[in-house]
Amino acid sequence: MMLDETSRALINRLQDDLPMDSRPFAAVGRELGISEEDVIARITEMKEAGAITRFGPFFDAAAMGGAFCLCAMEVPSERFEEVMIEVNDFPEVAHNYERDHALSMWFVLATETPEGIADTAARIERKTGLPVLCFPKLQEFFIGFRVTA
Amino acid sequence: MTTETEISDREIIAELQAGLPLVPAPYAEVATRLGMAEDDLIDRIRVMKEQGVIRRIAAAPNHYKLGMVANGMTVWDVEDDRIAELGALIGALPYVTHCYERPRAPEAGWTYNLFAMVHGDTRDEVEVKRAEIAEILGDACRDRSVLYSKRILKKTGLRLRKRG
Repeated sequence: MMLDETSRALINRLQDDLPMDSRPFAAVGRELGISEEDVIARITEMKEAGAITRFGPFFDAAAMGGAFCLCAMEVPSERFEEVMIEVNDFPEVAHNYERDHALSMWFVLATETPEGIADTAARIERKTGLPVLCFPKLQEFFIGFRVTA
Repeated sequence: MTTETEISDREIIAELQAGLPLVPAPYAEVATRLGMAEDDLIDRIRVMKEQGVIRRIAAAPNHYKLGMVANGMTVWDVEDDRIAELGALIGALPYVTHCYERPRAPEAGWTYNLFAMVHGDTRDEVEVKRAEIAEILGDACRDRSVLYSKRILKKTGLRLRKRG
């Protein structure tokens, strides 16, 4: 998607926290020198075009008692499609990526309890017959998932 | 009739999970759906932000649609006693979107303990950024690799069941 200067500035701004204001789009518009109506129209357009996948609160699963964990599997290439279907079928699998490495499948588990991670990983191992490596975060160097458009 | 004291954080979260409505007064609209006052909803969201349940209210961009089609998970074997200091430097780089220390898995031949996600328009661009990271890590880094994404197999948001 080709974005003009204003939409680029808007998408960069919107990756940071929205002000807690009953008219948040008007507040962001004032920062960027555009109208509330224009802010809403541009976000709507970027959502429809898929440039923004989601707009709203980002919840912390850990703060709600849940857990996230990055996991990886070495999947033989001839079994890749079959294993992908089996793994994606678990509702606890939030994201799944194919990567160019012997460890070819990388997914994030999101569960409602910390114990759910090991339990789900074990069920995926039983289902696929392949070992699941778990890479829980030990330390986060957080900056806010920002990219410059 | 539900009274406001009975509206749980979970009900508020479930209502906000699909995202914020794109209307001039989005909290008023969500509050109406929940049967509570706008000011009360804004206060509850403020508290959830203070508690860390809500990290921020923001947009999730699609890197691919923005032309950033190269996505490299760069991984590094960094000396344990220097990882806090160096991880903070790497996490602060403008092109690093996620940066974590994770356990090594030596039994699987995985010696890396620092993960930094780097997005770029091309793999060449990611490689330039990788070289910059290598320079910052210097002697504290013993080994490195990069895993480019070939395909998104699944991408969903956090799903919470609606319950009391």
